[in-house]
Amino acid sequence: MSDTTIETPKEFYVIEDSHHDHAEHHETGTMLGFWIYLMSDCLIFGILFATYAVLGQNYAAGPAPVDLFEVDMILVATFMLLFSSITYGFAVLRMDVNDLRGTVLWLIVTGLFGAAFLFLELKEFIHLWHIGATPMASAFLSSFFFLVGTHGLHVLGGSIWLVVLLTQLGLHGLTHENKRRVMCLSLFWHFLDLIWIGVFSLVYLTGVLL
Amino acid sequence: MSDHAQGGHGTFKSYMIGFLLSVVLTLIPFWIVLGDVMDSTGWAVAIIFTLGAMQMLVHIHYFLHVSLKVEAGWQAMSMGLTVLLLVIVMAGSIWVMFNLDENMMPAHEQIERVRNLP
Repeated sequence: MSDTTIETPKEFYVIEDSHHDHAEHHETGTMLGFWIYLMSDCLIFGILFATYAVLGQNYAAGPAPVDLFEVDMILVATFMLLFSSITYGFAVLRMDVNDLRGTVLWLIVTGLFGAAFLFLELKEFIHLWHIGATPMASAFLSSFFFLVGTHGLHVLGGSIWLVVLLTQLGLHGLTHENKRRVMCLSLFWHFLDLIWIGVFSLVYLTGVLL
Repeated sequence: MSDHAQGGHGTFKSYMIGFLLSVVLTLIPFWIVLGDVMDSTGWAVAIIFTLGAMQMLVHIHYFLHVSLKVEAGWQAMSMGLTVLLLVIVMAGSIWVMFNLDENMMPAHEQIERVRNLP
């Protein structure tokens, strides 16, 4: 009995003393927490995808995808998002060599591509609204606006975060905390591009074909 | 200092490989739809989804840097759980709702058949 009581704190001590320093320990915690958030977001999108897959064929005598979607504009929007992904990658690579100017420049380029994507999506939504293809028209359009709109809101949120991050980088430079924030937004941004792959495959391409 | 703790960032080369693979995997499905190259819609949809899944894997590996290494095991583990839940939710709801649709909504010819019964 007394043996175990002595041994347990010893083992505990050894684990604590492993040569990770304190800051590193917190870092993993934040990245883990953010990753778990992304996974829960992934579940939300999964449910929206399932909803669209179930309701996407119910046009209620309204317009079908082939009447509404301009696939070439979607291709442009897809590339805007893909370019923003790779430029974010370049920003992270500049951050690795502690180049503040390069990081900020690539982040601004990322933000511009993101804004271009948002502009194209907004233009599409306004066009749809104008010709009467509102979420109220059919189950297909309700689920379409819910899925694509949620993705668009995420990109908008990511863009606002990007602006805040740029301000913080301008104020404090590449501190430890800012590097962690850049890495979190990096995960978020690439994750949104990943979701968009599902959106254009299921909603736009398959929708136009069927 | 703590670059190690922030996980693998990838290199210029790995980002470019991921980017080029993504470009190819994006262009092929759009070309299938825009160029109207496939006769069979079923095959075209199957190819679109296969390429989409491949591009997702490319993103996960080259951009999100998910690795199966032990020290980053929490990442792969939580992703595995998420994928499991997604498969259950998505496959389940599509399957159930498709069945419901088949059985509850009589198709046109079925209505006709019932009408013509003696």
